[in-house]
Amino acid sequence: MAKTTPQAAHIALPRRQDLLSISNLMILGGFFALMAWSYVGTEFSMRGLLGGESAAQIWTYIKRLYPPDLSQEFLLKTGYWTIETFAMSFLGTILAVVIALALVFLSSRNLMFTGLLFEMEGRRPWVRAFRTGLYLGAKSTLNLLRTVPHIVWALILVFAVGLGPFPGMLALGIHTGGVLGRLFGEVVENVETQPIEALQATGATRLQILFYGILPQVLPDFTSYTLYRWEVNIREAVILGYVGAGGLGQQIQIAISLFLEHRLLTLLLALYLIVTVVDYLSASLRNRLV
Amino acid sequence: MPSYAPSAPASLALPVRRSSYFPIVFSTLFLLTFAGSYKLAQVQPLLLFEAEGRRNIGKFVAGMFPPDLSWSFLSLLGRPILETIQISIMGTVMAVAIGFPLGLLATSSLTFKGILNEREMASSRPRALFHKASYLLARAALSLFRTIPEFVWAFMFVRAVGLGPFPGVLAIGIAYAGMLGKVYSEMLEHVNPGPLEALQATGASKLAIIVYGLMPQALPNVVSYTLYRWECAVRASAILGFVGAGGIGQQLEISMRMFDFSQVITLVAILFVMVAGVDALSARARRAILGRQRV
Repeated sequence: MAKTTPQAAHIALPRRQDLLSISNLMILGGFFALMAWSYVGTEFSMRGLLGGESAAQIWTYIKRLYPPDLSQEFLLKTGYWTIETFAMSFLGTILAVVIALALVFLSSRNLMFTGLLFEMEGRRPWVRAFRTGLYLGAKSTLNLLRTVPHIVWALILVFAVGLGPFPGMLALGIHTGGVLGRLFGEVVENVETQPIEALQATGATRLQILFYGILPQVLPDFTSYTLYRWEVNIREAVILGYVGAGGLGQQIQIAISLFLEHRLLTLLLALYLIVTVVDYLSASLRNRLV
Repeated sequence: MPSYAPSAPASLALPVRRSSYFPIVFSTLFLLTFAGSYKLAQVQPLLLFEAEGRRNIGKFVAGMFPPDLSWSFLSLLGRPILETIQISIMGTVMAVAIGFPLGLLATSSLTFKGILNEREMASSRPRALFHKASYLLARAALSLFRTIPEFVWAFMFVRAVGLGPFPGVLAIGIAYAGMLGKVYSEMLEHVNPGPLEALQATGASKLAIIVYGLMPQALPNVVSYTLYRWECAVRASAILGFVGAGGIGQQLEISMRMFDFSQVITLVAILFVMVAGVDALSARARRAILGRQRV
């Protein structure tokens, strides 16, 4: 940095970054090395894909899909499975919100032991240790729920309560509960402090501060994250069908395994429809509510 | 809109609270959907507490300990772990290669809307139609790609091109192309139009406008979002093994099917470390790219 007088410092133009600096070149080189390593490791074949064997195989498969099975009987069943998938994602998301709300306030540092709310607290190490313990417990529960992939949750729960959409819904709820708990937690830890200070100055209790100072601030973000995860969950619900959790996913698995390609196309169309409907619902609700 | 004319006493009145049926309609529909779903999903919370369910969960938890850390098992995992990372990288590269061009076509401010296209759209009707059609086609393709989950893509590609990591790459490449393309087009539509119009006024071609006007503005966000998607791809490629598309998921499925829960917990722990490592790496890279903006 050249020496500048204090007045001139903020007028100085930002230093132009050298695009071809050594570190940039190294990053680029490393990136290409990674790409080459992956290209070889995954047996990726550009030639096979563009006009070769693989492309021909994919094309044959696509041709076999057409026409979709549109017999009335199958359409009715597909409708039922579609609604079942919807139900799984809907209830799973609600369960996730319940889990997340139960744990999020316990896992927020600023509500449990540090920051504004606790500045005036006397030195009572035992109380503080107890609160920190609660915080750590809630936080690690959320981490555990989130870390285990939903498909593993589904396998465990199918094992425990049998086949069907119920274990699928539970698996979605448990895993998503962990995800939402973390997202909600970040929102709570980043609230504006001014309303809280104002409430505190009027002598409000901590519970009142939570209801009147924090919840109004975080609810829009909570709603928006929940709707977003619902969109994710309708897709995940399809994956869970693979391990026996019912709905469209299970039927897609059966259709692929038994080479029932015409039925597969019908199911894929139904999947496209329900995912699009949920995306649309979620977007319009977000506009209305947030 | 506030009006500063003195003859506007209306603006001093408090806004009238609009009564709306929305809350009632919404809560009724919500409750109905809830009740219907509850019935349809065959929810039986008691099942969780029944003797058999309890026994099964107990067996599961007991089986997890101690985790299987024997060398004969761990030595099997090196290759699948690396393969999972490779699938995620190659899949993301392919997703960018497909998603970016489609994303450009799906950007309305580039294809047919706004000042950049005014003259062209007015000058020839067939040309205008062509532009609009390519926009719609690109949007339709992107929406098809991202609506079918990568898991289902992988399942079909395994059927079409056989087992191994290659169908996994194709699945991530296609599904993520749909997501990346859509988000890219949103980012490109929201750039500041000033520089683009200035370039156009100098007579720059559309390609030049994209390279010198659009990309410098959008690049940090584009790269940051791509890195975020790579994180998701690592998680996804770990699952794709369930249908035979390579990576660590294959091992996870085998262990689950054999009810060997001590191996399952080892695999989940490895998965956790892998995902956390990739998250940390990509978060650092994003912070470097976006400077001190919030990532």
